[in-house]
Amino acid sequence: MRRVVNGGWAQLRHALLLLPLLASGAAAEPDNYVEIARGKALATAGDCITCHTANGGAPFAGGLALQTPFGAIMTPNITPDNVTGIGSWSADDFARAMHEGRRPGGSYLYPAFPYPYYSKVTRADLDAIYAYLRTLAPVTNAVNRSTLPFPFSIRQSMLGWNRLFFTPGVFVPDPKRSDEYNRGAYLVEGLGHCGACHTPFNSFGAAKTDHYLEGNQIDNWTAPNITNDMHAGLGKWSVDDIAHYLKTGQTATTLASGPMKDVIENSTSKMPDADLRAIAVYLKERGAAGSSPPAPLSASDPRMQAGEAIFADTCSACHTSNGGGVEHIFPKLAGNAIATQDDPASLIRIVIAGGRAAATNERPTGPAMPSLGFRLNDAQVAAVVTYVRNSFGNAASPVTADTVKALRGRVTGAAD
Amino acid sequence: MARRLPRKDVVIVGLGWTGSILAYELSRTGLEVVAIERGPWRDTATDFNIGTAPDELRYGVRHDVFLRPRQETLTMRNNASQTALPIRKWGSFLPGNGVGGAGVHWNGQTWRFLPDDFRIRSHMIERYGEKIMPEGNHIQDWPVSYDELEPYYDKFERVLGISGKAGNLKGKIQPGGNPFEGARSSEYPTPPMTQGYAQELFTKAATSLGLHPFPRPSANISVAYTNPYGCTMAPCTYCGFCERFGCANYSKSSPQTCVLPALVREPTFEARTDCEVTKVNLSGDGKMATGVTYVDANGEEWEQPADLVLVCAFSLFNVRLLLLSGIGKPYDPVRDEGVVGRNYAYQTGSGATGFFADVKFNPFAAAGSLGAALDDYNSDNFDHGPHGFVGGASITCAYTNGRPILYHPTPKGTPTWGSAWKKAVHENYQKVTNVGAQGSVMSYRNNYLDLDPTYKDPLGRPLMRMTFDYQDNERKMANWMAERCEEIAKAMGAKTTQVNRLNGPWSVVPYQTTHNTGGAVFGNDPKTSVLNRYLQSWDVHNVFVMGASAFPQNAGYNPTGTVGALTYWALDAIFDYLKSPRALVQS
Amino acid sequence: MTDMNGRLPRGGDAAAAARRKHAGVTRRSLLASAALLFTASGAGAGVVTKVLPWKPNEAYPVTPVVPGGYLFFTAQEAAIVDAFVERLIPTDDLGMGARDAGVTTFIDRQLTGPYGGHDWLYMQGPFSDKPLPSQGLQSPLTPRQQYRSGLAALEAYCKANFGGRGFVELKADEQDKLIGAMEKGEAQFQGFSSRMLFSAIYANTMEGYFADPIYGGNRDMVGWKLVGFPGTRYDFRDVMAKPNQAYTLPPVGLQGRSAWGGR
Repeated sequence: MRRVVNGGWAQLRHALLLLPLLASGAAAEPDNYVEIARGKALATAGDCITCHTANGGAPFAGGLALQTPFGAIMTPNITPDNVTGIGSWSADDFARAMHEGRRPGGSYLYPAFPYPYYSKVTRADLDAIYAYLRTLAPVTNAVNRSTLPFPFSIRQSMLGWNRLFFTPGVFVPDPKRSDEYNRGAYLVEGLGHCGACHTPFNSFGAAKTDHYLEGNQIDNWTAPNITNDMHAGLGKWSVDDIAHYLKTGQTATTLASGPMKDVIENSTSKMPDADLRAIAVYLKERGAAGSSPPAPLSASDPRMQAGEAIFADTCSACHTSNGGGVEHIFPKLAGNAIATQDDPASLIRIVIAGGRAAATNERPTGPAMPSLGFRLNDAQVAAVVTYVRNSFGNAASPVTADTVKALRGRVTGAAD
Repeated sequence: MARRLPRKDVVIVGLGWTGSILAYELSRTGLEVVAIERGPWRDTATDFNIGTAPDELRYGVRHDVFLRPRQETLTMRNNASQTALPIRKWGSFLPGNGVGGAGVHWNGQTWRFLPDDFRIRSHMIERYGEKIMPEGNHIQDWPVSYDELEPYYDKFERVLGISGKAGNLKGKIQPGGNPFEGARSSEYPTPPMTQGYAQELFTKAATSLGLHPFPRPSANISVAYTNPYGCTMAPCTYCGFCERFGCANYSKSSPQTCVLPALVREPTFEARTDCEVTKVNLSGDGKMATGVTYVDANGEEWEQPADLVLVCAFSLFNVRLLLLSGIGKPYDPVRDEGVVGRNYAYQTGSGATGFFADVKFNPFAAAGSLGAALDDYNSDNFDHGPHGFVGGASITCAYTNGRPILYHPTPKGTPTWGSAWKKAVHENYQKVTNVGAQGSVMSYRNNYLDLDPTYKDPLGRPLMRMTFDYQDNERKMANWMAERCEEIAKAMGAKTTQVNRLNGPWSVVPYQTTHNTGGAVFGNDPKTSVLNRYLQSWDVHNVFVMGASAFPQNAGYNPTGTVGALTYWALDAIFDYLKSPRALVQS
Repeated sequence: MTDMNGRLPRGGDAAAAARRKHAGVTRRSLLASAALLFTASGAGAGVVTKVLPWKPNEAYPVTPVVPGGYLFFTAQEAAIVDAFVERLIPTDDLGMGARDAGVTTFIDRQLTGPYGGHDWLYMQGPFSDKPLPSQGLQSPLTPRQQYRSGLAALEAYCKANFGGRGFVELKADEQDKLIGAMEKGEAQFQGFSSRMLFSAIYANTMEGYFADPIYGGNRDMVGWKLVGFPGTRYDFRDVMAKPNQAYTLPPVGLQGRSAWGGR
């Protein structure tokens, strides 16, 4: 079980000065149904449950090990249990954790908890989330919160990190943009913390802000470029495509799998359509044109020929011989941005380990790609992946057997 | 001693087609439903992986997805004067196991029975007089009519996405479809499959003989389809690994492709796999079920209380569970009394094999329900007067597969081994096709199911005993059909033909069909039926029993379409029952 | 291999032995499959709720047979089987026969698996002396026992009736004649049914010659090439579009074909 969490925490200069003013009188009454329901929707948009639930554990009771480049961090219990959860926290305590990454006693949280994003959430929204969390049944679940090795075990070290990479501050709408765009920006940059996966990070685990949303590798999955880049990003997707994808886990020609499957199942499929549309509008206005694609590999290349044979014998019964796929069930490979990302990780790991697509109320099937790692050796996986990346109009760098071997070791836990 | 679990609203025995449909329809209304399945969970990508699924030895010959006889089998004999012995290895029929049941490994031929089939006793006597009824028969009218079932057939076909061509739309005969079928309220959800060269020859030949061929209705679907439950299927690729296999590319209708993805999302549903229900428990007076007892894979016994018990196992095992639970009076063939185990029926197989010159039939390019069929000789679509038998057959020219361990045809007279055999195998593989007749079997006093006095399962419970043989009526019918098949094979241009007759006693050895029916039949008279017309037990009104065990006798079609229609028919009755639990029909 | 109720794990013995490891399961995917639990008592029930169970790398492949040596047969038994199956499917101008196709290795490996012990079949007694032909398999002997005793009886029969020569020393036409007599049940072996031995070898030879090469027989897919069966190919939409035409693509096994390279 592994999950790599990056930072995404921006530069900090005057953290204390920029602390947001605490909105007064915003705390929800515990029996304020409207506020609680709003908080629940916001918690869904933030996908809190996914990280704060252990495998097979009670929802929100924490205990999930997040793998960071610095070691494993166990997620805390955020149910209102007084001893092991956050039952003793006030609304102010909660807001401080979300906005500043500080616990009630002042100690620092690690940015595996994406407070650099949550810093942008309004206090009113945080109070609503707080109100919702207060309604959960308290669960007694003590979590070891000190699992990082030295020197990262020293929480005080986050002070320096915050100074370098964290810019607190509530989201400020751009008055020149539409309300819809601003709503999308608020969700993506704030609660949605999309950049936590989709933005590459530096060696300190902080986001490279100049490559915002341009893609990253997370947990041996490609978190693709989700800017409007024509080649690698969402350039060919319409606003409706993106909104539909977030709602149902698929467009007619592509299916969400891997970490995005969980995001969709636990979060975006349950969000209001207007919010999904706002996210899409925002994403469609991000990013400049990236590099143009390379020329495809020649069909006479031996890797392409082996790949074509493997594809014909193993893949075409679902994805069809021309890479067209089948709508709503088998992804189209022709023109598929995942297939042609610079980073081939998702493609390789799906061939080796298989993958389950998102299942949603509208599209419950959640078709799964079978694991073929037992059938194809490293060279064969490399060949078929190279073939997919350079056929049906696709063009991308070839993949080597060594790359496959390394990824196989990581996704199966055993080098082949 | 069984440990008692918290009560559920509904317990379902067996998670195949009928169990999964009922589980979904009931749990979506908020009822707490638990399905208990004795086999494992099975799913497409993991268990029918394209890198493991097309393996004839493992699945076709060694029977990897079937119920293992070691876990449960039956004993069999041809008549009551013989000693029944266990079916140690499956042959004549192949019961499924695990989630999806036989819906995993079926071929997918999805028919509606003909309107006459539902009132065959009345109809035959009205048209031909009592004298046509065979000796010792138990033929009964069904307690429902085709018209009553039609909306439910339609619903089932929509959930499965069946591919076909209507022959009778709301009473209007449609070109290219089956003109004998009962009136359909709507066209098939997806168009018919692409037919192969053999079917092309069959269609031409049959038409030239004045017959009415059509593409048979198929659950290997022709185009991508999303069903009313939101589940999506892909088009069939004619790989020829259907029967005995799970489908690797979501193109065969099954609980896995059509129901389970929607079902598991229902928060009040739970499946327990690798758990075998051993008994339906009854109240002290025997009039109500209190739940079921089951044994898990570790041999631990559990009691699952429930308000409603739905028996959804394979037809034969439904009957055994009723016998073991003491629900309904067991059938006594000597006194011709009792009902549970009565009216067991099966099907006939006969036909003609045609050997052709200079053709490439490519038998491997196939699907379980690919084929051209005709119904001119089914049910009472032809005059039975001159023939003196009851029943009929659907006649089909089809390839379900060309898998060579079990399919390497040679003409009669070819040595069974050696170079001459090898040469014949080489020369004939591409040149053989079969015209087959799947015939009805009526119910008889002497064909029945009861508990075996000698043999036990690993839990120490008696195996069920099957006493069955083909009767003169069926032999006459099947052999007459074989001649019709030969006429067609000849008209197709076969160089030589071989007629495959129904000879000798019924044997468990060669595969015939898994269309075992009856034993817990439904009807309007509690003296001759286990269930009322809503598939509700006459004796224990919170028990409903699905499946082909309810058929009063068998027809000349694959049963799944009718099993599915009856499930939806019963579902409406169950909803009514839940509003006010009672016997829905007064006995 | 079996639990107390005679049930076998999903995918069968061979598959279970080859079951893939599930290390490297991701946190998120485990969340999705967390519902596949065992009940609190530790009892063996799979419980499925909320989501379809799925784990990365989950597959149930068979273990490929590695030719070389025998795990069940003695050298002498293997030589008899070699000679026997070569008469059933001889090497001729249509290609190699059963011996060269690896059928003896196929049978050897099958006999060491669940098939060899009839592990999946109902083997409880009593066993009848006089079963009806319609009642099918009623022998208490497992395939392993059939081969061990049957081959010994065949060899003894040959030594007694062919001047001390064993089966492998017989001339081809003598072998053919004897096999024909076994097929009809006319050869009277001491203490073993010659017909039962014939039936076992015959069925297993057909299996080995036409089964996927992964099981040790059907070398180079020779059985498939004999008839023109394309093997594990899973898409014949192109064939359906072109009726009555020869199929030209080479067959593919579970382990692929030479064009895949890299093996």
